[in-house]
Amino acid sequence: MPLLECKDVSRFFGGLKAVSGFNLTLEVGELVGLIGPNGAGKTTVFNVITQIYPPSLGTVTFQGKDLMGLQPYQVCQRGIARTFQNIRLYKQMTALDNVLTAMHPRAGYGLLGAFFHTPGYVRREAELKAEALSLLDRMGLSHRATELAGSLPYGEQRRLEIARALAIRPALLLLDEPAAGMNPNEVDNLVQMVRGIKMDFGLTILLIEHQMGLVMNLCERLVVLDFGETLAEGNPAEIQANPKVLEAYLGKGVSA
Amino acid sequence: MRPNRKTLIAAAAVLGLYVVIELLRQTNVLDGYWQQVMDLSLIITISALGLSLIYGFAGQFSLGHAAFYGIGAYTSGFITKSYGDTPFWFILALIAGVTAAMVAAFLIGLPILRLKSDYLGIATLGFGIIVKVVLDNTDKWAPIMGGSRGMLGIPHLTTFAWVFWLTVAAVLLCRNLILSSHGRAMITVREDEVAADIMGIDTTQSKTLAFVVGCGLAGLAGGLYSHLYPFLHPTSFDFLKSLDVLLVVVLGGLGSLTGTVVTAVAWVFLLEGLRILPEAFLEWRGVLYALLLVVVMITRPQGLMGGKEWSLYKSKGSSAAPGKGGNSRASA
Amino acid sequence: MAPGQGGKPPALANPSLGGQFNVKLAEQLLNGLQLGFVYALIALGYTMVYGIIRLINFAHGDVFMIGAFLFFFGFNVWGLPWWLALPLSMVLSAAIGMAIERLAYRPLRERGAPRIAALITAIGVSLFIEYFTSLKFVFSANFRVVPRPFEDTRFVIGGLGISTVQIFVIATVLVLLAILQFIVYRTKIGKAMRAVSVDQDAARLMGVNVDQVISFTFGLGSALAAAAGCLFALAYSQISPFMGIMPGLKAFTAAVLGGIGSIPGAVLGALIMGEAEVLTAGYLTSNYRDAIAMSLLIVVLLFRPAGLLGKAIREKV
Repeated sequence: MPLLECKDVSRFFGGLKAVSGFNLTLEVGELVGLIGPNGAGKTTVFNVITQIYPPSLGTVTFQGKDLMGLQPYQVCQRGIARTFQNIRLYKQMTALDNVLTAMHPRAGYGLLGAFFHTPGYVRREAELKAEALSLLDRMGLSHRATELAGSLPYGEQRRLEIARALAIRPALLLLDEPAAGMNPNEVDNLVQMVRGIKMDFGLTILLIEHQMGLVMNLCERLVVLDFGETLAEGNPAEIQANPKVLEAYLGKGVSA
Repeated sequence: MRPNRKTLIAAAAVLGLYVVIELLRQTNVLDGYWQQVMDLSLIITISALGLSLIYGFAGQFSLGHAAFYGIGAYTSGFITKSYGDTPFWFILALIAGVTAAMVAAFLIGLPILRLKSDYLGIATLGFGIIVKVVLDNTDKWAPIMGGSRGMLGIPHLTTFAWVFWLTVAAVLLCRNLILSSHGRAMITVREDEVAADIMGIDTTQSKTLAFVVGCGLAGLAGGLYSHLYPFLHPTSFDFLKSLDVLLVVVLGGLGSLTGTVVTAVAWVFLLEGLRILPEAFLEWRGVLYALLLVVVMITRPQGLMGGKEWSLYKSKGSSAAPGKGGNSRASA
Repeated sequence: MAPGQGGKPPALANPSLGGQFNVKLAEQLLNGLQLGFVYALIALGYTMVYGIIRLINFAHGDVFMIGAFLFFFGFNVWGLPWWLALPLSMVLSAAIGMAIERLAYRPLRERGAPRIAALITAIGVSLFIEYFTSLKFVFSANFRVVPRPFEDTRFVIGGLGISTVQIFVIATVLVLLAILQFIVYRTKIGKAMRAVSVDQDAARLMGVNVDQVISFTFGLGSALAAAAGCLFALAYSQISPFMGIMPGLKAFTAAVLGGIGSIPGAVLGALIMGEAEVLTAGYLTSNYRDAIAMSLLIVVLLFRPAGLLGKAIREKV
């Protein structure tokens, strides 16, 4: 059974066709890239999958179950986590707390524990904190644990967002332009990091990205969107040679 | 749970404070008038803690807090006046007041908590007015409550002991909640509700929790209030009173329990302190108060604590609590 | 403060006198229209200021009060003809409104203070105005009766009783609304106002002097509130330093009801609030008048969370 299936998904905003007839099948363990010029509808696809708004047409199925009608937090609790194009961390909370918030659905203690700090609460909080700290450590952010997320440098904020997403223990991770604003050195590190977390956490990853270097290096399969429609699909080599793609979208940073 | 050293020190300090103040009161160093001011300041503190949870931590802009204060006051007053003034009835009355406030909060919260900030403010303000009108007209269906003439004859059961220890309990409860995952979830709603939703937080649940608990605290404060003074009147629960509590919470710094407590106490004492003005200047009280308010907000818009907490008492294993500056920045 | 002009109708009209019932209803509707239009002038100030800087200007209701007092002083103490006192009150109040913005709100804006700080400051300014004017050497805290500068004659048109005051109030409001419409939609400053309320930064980049526009908006809203104060004094004859609190609150509620930030919404909301208030007082009970109005608001917000004519802004993820 494929992990994620988008069948004929369309999303309209009034008269605007943001996404039209989008099809995607993700098998467990894949690392697929979603690329296309600005405004092609890539983030809209993410938003539809996470049910920020439902598809106007078509279905989104995750682990065999239709996601229609669910609230975003319910979609998340089923195992889909994401990062955001323009970083949406909780700025006035510490890095550690940002990661801890993602664990709330499985916090494991009720209001009684919360109000009275029972032994059960204390034990569980310690476990949660340990897990959160190890995630921060994994992202190279241990030294920032008690700093406010809003005060971190840009690159670290991006990594923190990923740490927070991992804290959900997702089956599917959606990364929205994780390399935005990064220099080539940072991009290389990111490639290593993404490969690493995919392996260690058993993730399936769908990522949106503009940096062709990252995409070609990292993704096994690419889907190209243009004006809301799928233009091409295939492995990096095929996509790079595809005349339609080259015509619609000259990638930056890499010559074939 | 084996208490650690910090816990013991804090507990001792609190107990010591209680003993000292109680002594001052018994020996009349603090006279009857100032005793009442002190009681009132702690009652306002409990109410303010409630709004601090709702607005300071969960970001829900409520302009109707006084309504729940009033619901608690009238419900509990009704019970002791109707059934008895023993400690048993007092406790029952307080519980009833809290419960009534929480139920009302839950019911009104169901439809309105989904409104966006300013609209939520006006909706809660509207609810506050509805409650005030109902209180004004209680004499039509429950004559014992007196309607707009006010409710007399509620037994004076509120003592410093009650107020002090209930305030301590309220502070602990709020602090514990904020440090927990439920508290963190509330803060995410304040910080970025859309992102919180996408990252798995049931924001409706978190908002409702903050609102119900916060209004419950207001109900508790109301119950204590109605048993403090001989006379209860609906004008004590109008929207201007809601603004007062909002003022205290904002002046103390949003997201800071310390700020809320300190500001609540200071504010009540300040208002009373202004009464000491010589006769000729008495009518300038309001003008001075308003001027002070404007100046403080312009010069320090982030409030007294600016969102930070005074962390003397942190239990083992907790990191810097959310909404506060990290360990390195915790300021007294 | 008793809204409703020319005496109260019976609490429950006798339905067997069908024609009389309709006349009474029409007269009540007229009363509601008068009150609603007065609220509309105040509501416009709230909605324009909110639209432009997202501030709930709590001090706005007090400008209404100042306008009423200036009107009273104008033709009662300073010996001006009343029809000069009204525009004078508007001009002076506009200046006061702009001064408040300059002294209390702009410093916060310049520091990038959070919105709530501006709100609390507005509350402080409101309290200051109320307490200051209630000092003995200013207006003193008592209610004053405003003598009517012209005769309030009642006459009957087609069975419907109507008074000169009612006509004057409604006519004045309509004229002011027309002028406002002209300013907002047909002048350069009006276009600038609309631009700033949509996107302040973009407007600034396009060369709009945002501070000036904000000032002007405050002045305009204050002038309208002052006019409302004058008309209120004319219609209901009683003024006091605290008279602005409830009408201000109701006008603000009306603005939210109609969709805060929307000019037609403010007028619509105000008319609804005015009618609801008068009809409740006339036909049900005046005790629950305010509660009914607020319940109406909450019900509307449940179905239209951004108000009747408000736009629900979808947040971009």
